[in-house]
Amino acid sequence: MIQFSNVFKRYENGHEALQNVNFHLNEGEMAFLTGHSGAGKSTLLKLIMRMEIATRGQVKIDGAHLSQMGSRHIPFLRRKIGVVFQDHQLLFDRSIYDNVALPLIIEGMDPREIGKRVRAALDKVGLLSKEKFTPIMLSGGEQQRVGIARAVVNKPPILLADEPTGNLDPQLSAEIMQLFRQFNAVGVTVLIASHDLNLITRMGLRMLALTEGSITHDGVPR
Amino acid sequence: MIGKRPGTSSRPSGATFQDGRRNQRPAPQAKRKPANRLRNEPSPKPSSGGARISEVKTATRFRAWRRHHANMAVDSLQRLLRSPLASLMTWAVIAIAMSLPVALYIFLNNAQLVSSNWDGNAQMSLYLEAGVNDARGQALMQELQMREDIAETRYLSKEQTLAEFREFSGFGEALNYLDGNPLPAVIVVRPSIQGVEAQEQLVTELDQLPEVEEAQLDLAWVKRLFYIMELGQRLITALALLLGIAVLLVVGNTIRLAIENRRQEILVTKLIGATNAFVRRPFLYTGIWYGLGGGLLAWLLINLSLFWLKGPVSSLASAYASDFSLIGLGLRDSLLLLLSSTILGWLGAWIAVGRHLGKIEPR
Repeated sequence: MIQFSNVFKRYENGHEALQNVNFHLNEGEMAFLTGHSGAGKSTLLKLIMRMEIATRGQVKIDGAHLSQMGSRHIPFLRRKIGVVFQDHQLLFDRSIYDNVALPLIIEGMDPREIGKRVRAALDKVGLLSKEKFTPIMLSGGEQQRVGIARAVVNKPPILLADEPTGNLDPQLSAEIMQLFRQFNAVGVTVLIASHDLNLITRMGLRMLALTEGSITHDGVPR
Repeated sequence: MIGKRPGTSSRPSGATFQDGRRNQRPAPQAKRKPANRLRNEPSPKPSSGGARISEVKTATRFRAWRRHHANMAVDSLQRLLRSPLASLMTWAVIAIAMSLPVALYIFLNNAQLVSSNWDGNAQMSLYLEAGVNDARGQALMQELQMREDIAETRYLSKEQTLAEFREFSGFGEALNYLDGNPLPAVIVVRPSIQGVEAQEQLVTELDQLPEVEEAQLDLAWVKRLFYIMELGQRLITALALLLGIAVLLVVGNTIRLAIENRRQEILVTKLIGATNAFVRRPFLYTGIWYGLGGGLLAWLLINLSLFWLKGPVSSLASAYASDFSLIGLGLRDSLLLLLSSTILGWLGAWIAVGRHLGKIEPR
């Protein structure tokens, strides 16, 4: 589903963000991406979302070579990838409902269907009763869950999360990880960037460790 | 509004996330959902390009496209109305820029109307040969009266021209010293044809008649007026062009600010998979509303001014013993004004969107 082959990424300012990165995440797999800040986690996620282009090497998502992808196709790639951002990236001038509905509206879904899907997603993250609230009325953890609901509402085959538990207490973090596991259980390929080694070890899942742009560990941590 | 809720009910619907592994048979009811296909395929094959997820039937897509257009049209108008003062200021600027050339156009139209009334009075004088007697002159007048390009003729005998000359020239005294009457008989002709050239042609034709010694058309002022009108039209065209560009710039700049204001939203929607057309749409509608609103306000301004001028104009006209009244914007001109201002707004939005939206890419 997500395949990196000899990927290098050098930014215009000369910074080598990724060096010879190789890994393959199968369909329905769940893995963690870890490393210190600046190790290239964000760059790797940006390459998957085609926010950046690899300087060398191949990034393949669901069989499509991203370096050869025309800009017309990028929106459709991104619709396959649900993303949970560290800073949530919610729209503060609209309700929770409208935030979660956004991916479905972009896809052009029937409004009645949108209502069902949005409520199902909000129900899943336990925020059904707050659909009329605006994000500002919610706590950090709740905002994060709105972000998760938005990421999964269109049932994408891939789910990316960038430090989804960054600012949350252990209890909330565990709950959110549990959510990700549930999505994985229905066949979604999940990749989570996190530096919370404790949590990762406890989950007992595949871990990709980045150190200065290279993968230094790939496997279940001991 | 993006994500406008279909119903206000907040009760949970029965739908929940599909449970079970992806490889299980999909729920039969889920088959209908086109956007959901990817998730229901038993064994997804790798595909080239990212278009697979959008395998929605054309009709469904068209309906979604139309729905988004309608939603964006309403949403962008609501946004404008939510900050009424700022919007009104933009509308006023557009209205003033639009109404200036339109007002000049109306002025010119009215001037043309007035001058065409005079045009009717533009007359030709056919000075008859000295040897032509009254009976022959009268006959010629009758003959000319029959012509299609002549509206009216009037015969003045030698005696009548003398009397007129005596009355109007102020040289009446001098005539007393002359033997006999030096003035010729005259046929005054009012042409029914319009236009300087056609009238000139008629004059030369009448000049050829054997009874006519000389045919004269007082063209100087007609020509002057004609050229002044032409100059006026050119000026209006130039002014309209300049002010049209001004409208483009005003709308463009306003849209640029709107784009800046919604930068975050644009970034997020692009990250979620919005196409450029999707992101562009609300701004284009904003431009259309600015243009249409400005056009309506311009129309209102012009009609108010006409109303305001009506009294003085009719007093002035009655002082000249005329029943002239101002003609305003007809239905065609009104629609043209609205259409052109709407198009200008839309174009201005396009320019701004083309220049600024491309720069907002998620990084």
